[in-house]
Amino acid sequence: MTNIAAIFKKEFRSYFNSPIAYIFITFFLGLSSWLFFRGFFFGNQAEMRGFFGLMPWIFLFFIPAVTMKLWAEEKKIGTIEILMTLPIRDYEVVLGKFFASFALLIATVLLSLVIPFSVMYFGDPDGGTIFAGYIGLLLMGAAYLAIGLFASTLTENQIVAFIFGISTCFVLLIIGEDFVLFNAPNWLYPIFSYLGLGAHYSSILRGVLDSRDIIYYLSVIGFFLYLSTLAVESRKWR
Amino acid sequence: MIEVRELTKSYGPTVAVNRVSFDAHAGEVLGFLGPNGAGKTTTMRILTCYLAADAGSATVAGYDVFEESIEVRKRIGYLPESAPLYTDMGVLEYLNFMTQVRQLPKSDRKERIRSVIDTCGLADVIQKDIGELSKGYRQRLGLAQSLIHDPPILILDEPTSGLDPSQIIEIRNLIRDIGQEKLVLFSTHILSEVSATCSRVLIINNGKIVANGTPEELTSQAKGEEIVHIAIRGPQEAVEAQLNELDFVSQWTHVETTDGIAGYQINATQESNAAEALFHVVVQNGWSLTELRQESADLEDVFLNLTDKEQTQLQNQQSAEQADDTNDNDA
Repeated sequence: MTNIAAIFKKEFRSYFNSPIAYIFITFFLGLSSWLFFRGFFFGNQAEMRGFFGLMPWIFLFFIPAVTMKLWAEEKKIGTIEILMTLPIRDYEVVLGKFFASFALLIATVLLSLVIPFSVMYFGDPDGGTIFAGYIGLLLMGAAYLAIGLFASTLTENQIVAFIFGISTCFVLLIIGEDFVLFNAPNWLYPIFSYLGLGAHYSSILRGVLDSRDIIYYLSVIGFFLYLSTLAVESRKWR
Repeated sequence: MIEVRELTKSYGPTVAVNRVSFDAHAGEVLGFLGPNGAGKTTTMRILTCYLAADAGSATVAGYDVFEESIEVRKRIGYLPESAPLYTDMGVLEYLNFMTQVRQLPKSDRKERIRSVIDTCGLADVIQKDIGELSKGYRQRLGLAQSLIHDPPILILDEPTSGLDPSQIIEIRNLIRDIGQEKLVLFSTHILSEVSATCSRVLIINNGKIVANGTPEELTSQAKGEEIVHIAIRGPQEAVEAQLNELDFVSQWTHVETTDGIAGYQINATQESNAAEALFHVVVQNGWSLTELRQESADLEDVFLNLTDKEQTQLQNQQSAEQADDTNDNDA
């Protein structure tokens, strides 16, 4: 536990030691508010569905950018050799790095609470759906983070990690979309609709926090963190 | 403290480490000497539990590097080649991070950081970011990092590469000091470094250990014949006739003659004190001596000798195989 905390602290501070965190937060808030408020006043309704609807697509580009350096950079500059010869288990490093990126996501999402407060200023939105929406946002974001982290373990090139992260998230996102589901063979329909990252998110957005959706996201996170650990360990396979 | 038995590791078809076996004990400075790509780094990476060997075993302080890797890692301080560090961290912040991941008790942390800053001469740069440090300071910080938990075993991969001469001397002295009570295993491809710092040398080439002993042992092994360079002003024919008569001269070659001075390279039997004897011969004949130089075998010869032998063996093997192939084709 103390090991995970040490890695967490180091990684979290490293986001703020470099411009990554500031750029991420500024651009994320700027872009999402602009895209949301641009349509908000036409709708003439005090609700945030538009905001939450944008998020899977904005996250698609922002989240792999946060995770791409976590392993690729260590490999590139060779610090991984010191890191992985410390008396720490591989999964502890993976978890420490994951939680650090998750903490950055939480910080960003908290700052975006400005948006619901402004919406409340203009009208009277449903607090329950907004709350559920934010939980869904964090769960989906964490799933993206785990996928991005896994992508980063596979290469020493950050750009490759970024692109690979985006494409994996993209595939998992669109297989739950109606367009793909209607064209998929019948036997694939239930699998795709269950695996799709977006479908569970939209059911949370309706204001219902179903344990199945939460379990789904936790399993995606667990699965990709496990794969990351395997990828890190693979240097020692014989 | 370190026991390595028949360690083997390949990357695809290339065998990087080939049945390497050796022992090392506390209070030793063990130099790993070999040309680039000889398998030094791979051996070190296996000992530090970064990589796993394909075959063979290695134990560090009684723990197996594969089965009990966490215990092994606790006892090793490791500085990888070219000291990779987190450039976006501060020096103090980095050392602090290392005390945490090394699980030092909170009460000792400040003390240990102060101690390694002292040992490695980092006092001037503690306020700086690692990214601003010069190569020499990075190397020292890397060393500080490896010493922070006061490990009984220190593994350093080319700790002096890229440093200027005065920094190299500093690091060597540091290694020697640390080696008084700990086991230091360090790799280098610079020969003078080995004779300057090591109590024992392992010469490794093409993944195999080709020599193992103290620097003195290895140099005396290499000494077979003495070679004397001499330049004499005198009647060339008489000089050469005299050289033929001397019984300690096993062979001589005329190198060059300039302005009536003839230069010779003389191979003399061992311990004949050839240089002195030659001097007397020249004086007795009334010639004059303009150069007299005795070549002594040093580690360099040992090294070149051993690594060359391997090379030629390998080439012979390959050409033999090629010959076989052509024969097969002919058939």
